[in-house]
Amino acid sequence: MSDLIDMKDVDAVCIGQRAADMVDDENGRVKKALYSDTEIFEEEQDLVFNKNWIFVGHESEVPEKGSFKTAWIGRHPVIMSRDRKMNIHVLQNRCRHRGATVCEGRKGKTNAFTCPYHGWGYGLDGSLRALPKPEEYDNVFDKSEMPLESLRWESYQGMVFATFNNDIEPLEEFLGGAKKWIDLFMKQGGGYPVKVLGEHRFNFPGNWKIQLENTTDAYHFPIVHKSFVTSLDDATADIFDFLDGEGFVEDLGNGHSVMVMIPQLVDLEADLDQPIPERFNELAQALRDEGKDEDEVKKLVRAAHGTGFNLNLFPNVSCSMAFFRVLRPVSVNETEIQHVALGGEGAPSAFNQKRMRLHEHFQGPMGFGTPDDGEAWERVQKGSMAGEDGWILVNRGMTKLRTSEDGNPQGAVCSETGMRGAYRKYKQVMSTAANAEEK
Amino acid sequence: MKSNTQLLAQVTEFIGYEADLLDHKGYQDWLSLWTEKGLYIVPTDLDETDYLNTVNLALDDADMRRMRVARLENGESVSANSVGYTVRMMSRIRVLEAGDDVVIARCAMTLNELRHGKLVTYPANVEYTLKPVDGGFKLDRKVVKLLHADGFLRTVSFIF
Repeated sequence: MSDLIDMKDVDAVCIGQRAADMVDDENGRVKKALYSDTEIFEEEQDLVFNKNWIFVGHESEVPEKGSFKTAWIGRHPVIMSRDRKMNIHVLQNRCRHRGATVCEGRKGKTNAFTCPYHGWGYGLDGSLRALPKPEEYDNVFDKSEMPLESLRWESYQGMVFATFNNDIEPLEEFLGGAKKWIDLFMKQGGGYPVKVLGEHRFNFPGNWKIQLENTTDAYHFPIVHKSFVTSLDDATADIFDFLDGEGFVEDLGNGHSVMVMIPQLVDLEADLDQPIPERFNELAQALRDEGKDEDEVKKLVRAAHGTGFNLNLFPNVSCSMAFFRVLRPVSVNETEIQHVALGGEGAPSAFNQKRMRLHEHFQGPMGFGTPDDGEAWERVQKGSMAGEDGWILVNRGMTKLRTSEDGNPQGAVCSETGMRGAYRKYKQVMSTAANAEEK
Repeated sequence: MKSNTQLLAQVTEFIGYEADLLDHKGYQDWLSLWTEKGLYIVPTDLDETDYLNTVNLALDDADMRRMRVARLENGESVSANSVGYTVRMMSRIRVLEAGDDVVIARCAMTLNELRHGKLVTYPANVEYTLKPVDGGFKLDRKVVKLLHADGFLRTVSFIF
């Protein structure tokens, strides 16, 4: 039996190394089989999604005692809950008895998680509180031994990450150079704490890494999103014409990267004396009508834009202009995506409404942007099947790198610097050396 | 309850006409069916009724409807160019409210889309708020409640 287990480990290490070898870091290219090799996909579930910090939600999604939301870590269903003492828990959504989920639905409020099969009842902290006819477990086990299994979690700026890897570095160390950008991203509450307002969910028939690449891909924007840009007024369309601007992509380390498209919208608390753009006149007036003074009106209007950058956090979340993009690998050629809309907790309703309408305009299955992204990604998955072997190129701009003020590699806004950073991290986590070290 | 066969026939005719326009991409005629303040809504949360304070899949006023149609028609959207045809069946039509100024009706819809050679089906309850005008109706609100509104949908480059 032990021989069998050893062989399985050896196979796993070989598959991981095979994937790592498909990333040609030096030349900025990856083998197209990374999108379609089912063995590699299985191994990614362990080496990428079980071993790293995975975003599961924002603290505002469980605002009160008894609030919960369901989420996934790779293919593991989990629950994020808030107990009576306002502590957050991330729990495996699996009854300890016979394995049924104890919680369904996107989100809600409850006093307990009760298994529908035999009625085992768990508290919001995962502890097993009660079960029918407990006497049959006398001298078998004690209730205290059978809580829902809880996961290690940590949060930064309200973003909750959990992991199956108890040996992983602290979250803040993992985020590293990305923290500065998360801090900037959270300014879009307009002086109010950032809060989740709702979300869009969609899927596409393609590998998860196609989406991972897209978040710092400015090159596609004027092509794929031409119909969105056409739908904007001229002033806004100018803002989105950023390929020749002063933007950049910076590799932040650990697979994280940032793409600054609109440099003047990096810090939403700067330049507050700018005049209010015409397209926000209606919002500004609504805020004045709610009794906001001119300084706050300007601050809220500027925040309503969202930030001028996309921050990609390896492997499953990005802080993308005005929303969180969360990806989940379903199978080697199917990926589910959530676009989570953000606003301000306690902010004027006119502000949050404007944020929601802007979100609906571009995002989600019926937005003016997402369906065209989805079409392009579907075509990547389909087209990448042509030929026995071949490369996906992520080498754009690789000879024109400079060093950023934070000491990171930085390229032009339409360079593929961020994708190379993500694949470098991918190569590292999939490689034999990294996994041998851990064993 | 006394049935109002004539009103039901008028409502059914309107719903059938609108559905036919959308399946045959008669988008400009579709735009003219609306009142100026009308709202086209596809919610994400079927229990929610305060659509303005909720994230929806679509919440289109007249401007957004015009832009949505322009996007589908101007040839710039790669996903809109890939859409084949849609065929929608409207049935189980019931008049919920029959006032002089407003008529509210509800029906079942099954929309089938052919997309890259694959059939995708969207079942939904659809609610219409209609304003009687000389000899017909203007559409004041249409709410499309997709059965799987809170699930992971395929992207949509047509109008429900």
